[in-house]
Amino acid sequence: MGPFRLETLTSRDVRDRLERLELPFNQYGMDPFGISKKHLGVFYSMLEVFYKNYFRVKCFGIDNVPERGSAMLVGNHSGGLPVDGGMVLASLFFARDLPRHATGMVEKFAGNWPFVSEWFSRVGQLPGLPEHAVRLLQDGRLLMIFPEGARGTGKLFKDRYRLVQFGTGFMRIALQTGAPIVPFAFIGGEEALPTVYHAKTLAKLVGAPYWPVPPYLVPFPLPLGCEIHYGKPMHFPGTGREPDEVIEGYVEQVKSVVELLVLRGCALHRQRNDGTFPQEPEDSSGSSSSAPSSTSGPTDSEP
Amino acid sequence: MKILITGINGAHARMVALRLRARGDEILGIDRRPWPDAPEGVHVFQTDVRKRPAADVFRQHRPDVVIHMATITHFTASAEERLRINLHGTRLVFEYCHEFGVKQAVFVGRHTIYGAAPDAPLYRTEEEPPLAVSTFPELADLVAADLFAAAALWRWPGLKTAVLRMVYMLGPTHRGTLASFLAGPRVPMILGFDPLYHFMHDEDGVEAIVRAVDHQLSGIYNVAGPPPVPLSTLARGTGRQPIPIPEPLFKYSAGRFGLPYLPPGAVAHIKHPIVVDATAFRRATNFEHKHDAHAVMVSFRES
Repeated sequence: MGPFRLETLTSRDVRDRLERLELPFNQYGMDPFGISKKHLGVFYSMLEVFYKNYFRVKCFGIDNVPERGSAMLVGNHSGGLPVDGGMVLASLFFARDLPRHATGMVEKFAGNWPFVSEWFSRVGQLPGLPEHAVRLLQDGRLLMIFPEGARGTGKLFKDRYRLVQFGTGFMRIALQTGAPIVPFAFIGGEEALPTVYHAKTLAKLVGAPYWPVPPYLVPFPLPLGCEIHYGKPMHFPGTGREPDEVIEGYVEQVKSVVELLVLRGCALHRQRNDGTFPQEPEDSSGSSSSAPSSTSGPTDSEP
Repeated sequence: MKILITGINGAHARMVALRLRARGDEILGIDRRPWPDAPEGVHVFQTDVRKRPAADVFRQHRPDVVIHMATITHFTASAEERLRINLHGTRLVFEYCHEFGVKQAVFVGRHTIYGAAPDAPLYRTEEEPPLAVSTFPELADLVAADLFAAAALWRWPGLKTAVLRMVYMLGPTHRGTLASFLAGPRVPMILGFDPLYHFMHDEDGVEAIVRAVDHQLSGIYNVAGPPPVPLSTLARGTGRQPIPIPEPLFKYSAGRFGLPYLPPGAVAHIKHPIVVDATAFRRATNFEHKHDAHAVMVSFRES
């Protein structure tokens, strides 16, 4: 028996899409940021199962994400574990014919965890440092940002879908690099892993900011339907050297658009679950039509 | 042009000497070790850069350019010896450069001074602080030497000073820090970590040093060749077997079971990457590497 090869864990669809992914892989299948084609194959094959079967994710407004060039995807964080991040990555990879890969800005503590650190770096999920963000955007890549940070995923179920404070660093970087901001809302994550308690000692033990405890104790998300709503790209004038109050104003605009997307997304999600929504506006599992719910109304908010 | 190379008997320094000699420069060298069959036109003074005869070489021969390569990186030398050679030697060489009218001094340093840490950015620019003082305390002497050399930029503005922070040089010479690390049949790794390693071919490294002289470079520059590859790829590419060792057991395995001896501080450098941005050097000198990562590994393996 030959040595185990990671490629055997890659699905056919993922393999095809990886060939269309516009990343500069070298002969070892590595890009200059350490992203490995082989690891991406396994990663997206795993996400595919969660995206298509486990969470049955519906994605709206994917056309708001540019097909090429830099952009910053900014959304709400929820659900104890960063399930939302994985599903956003999957939507960018599966919801359109031309797949895209986004780099998430990961909490720094993950860099010290064996295996997690290795896998995150091989699948392009880098420590959330301004240097990384600037370099990736200047290289024309997609960045996935959750400005709530661990405060967002650490929310308790009673505070679900209530946005906490947004960090402001992302806005200065967007201005500096001229990258558009694509707001999004992730719906369903709060219900999939309802955190009712934080096990502080356990968190301290593993070096994590919190350890989510759901009513059923095991911190693993339930197989509930989730939705992603992308809003229209937002552009702001400036260089990134503006005073804090200007930046904070811009950030508030982004936050309120995300809030609207969340509210609207929750309402539509509820209607769909109740069966009162007349039709499915868009199912992203491989299709690429436009999304009325996310390309009109609350997200038409370019400042 | 009259060029003095300190530490001329190092494998890479010899290559630099031969390159410069072949094109007609007059080469002087200082080294504690003899170079019995030095070619015509290469005049080696067997002395220590810290001893009085070394000053006399400067005084008598008045070199136009000094390439300072008399630093040691291996840990078989004691900490005191390393400090004496790396820091005090560098200090004296730069003082002689100033005192005896040298026009350009090139300090050949290492990229490892940036230090490896889980929250350090992937591509380090010249403005980044040298974290190695805390992440790899055994490298403190090299950090100090690098910073001392760089201080010549403001201390003696008339002396063109180029501080080159070069990635690992690897290739047929089998010399240098990375070559020593890869010398045995097994390469130790920390279980669950596979950092990117940044290296360049011996000949590309030599070419970069020569270009720094040709362009009368002044300033601090990172020097790199092809994009980095993971340590596991490097180990396999050079025909070695990567051995993942759980971190708590690492200190007990160093120097045993055919694994190289490494000081405790080296652990961070096997867990996390040190990758540099060499754009400024390429722009200033039009340097292009000729050997990609695969060619470098093959040349090391097959020589």
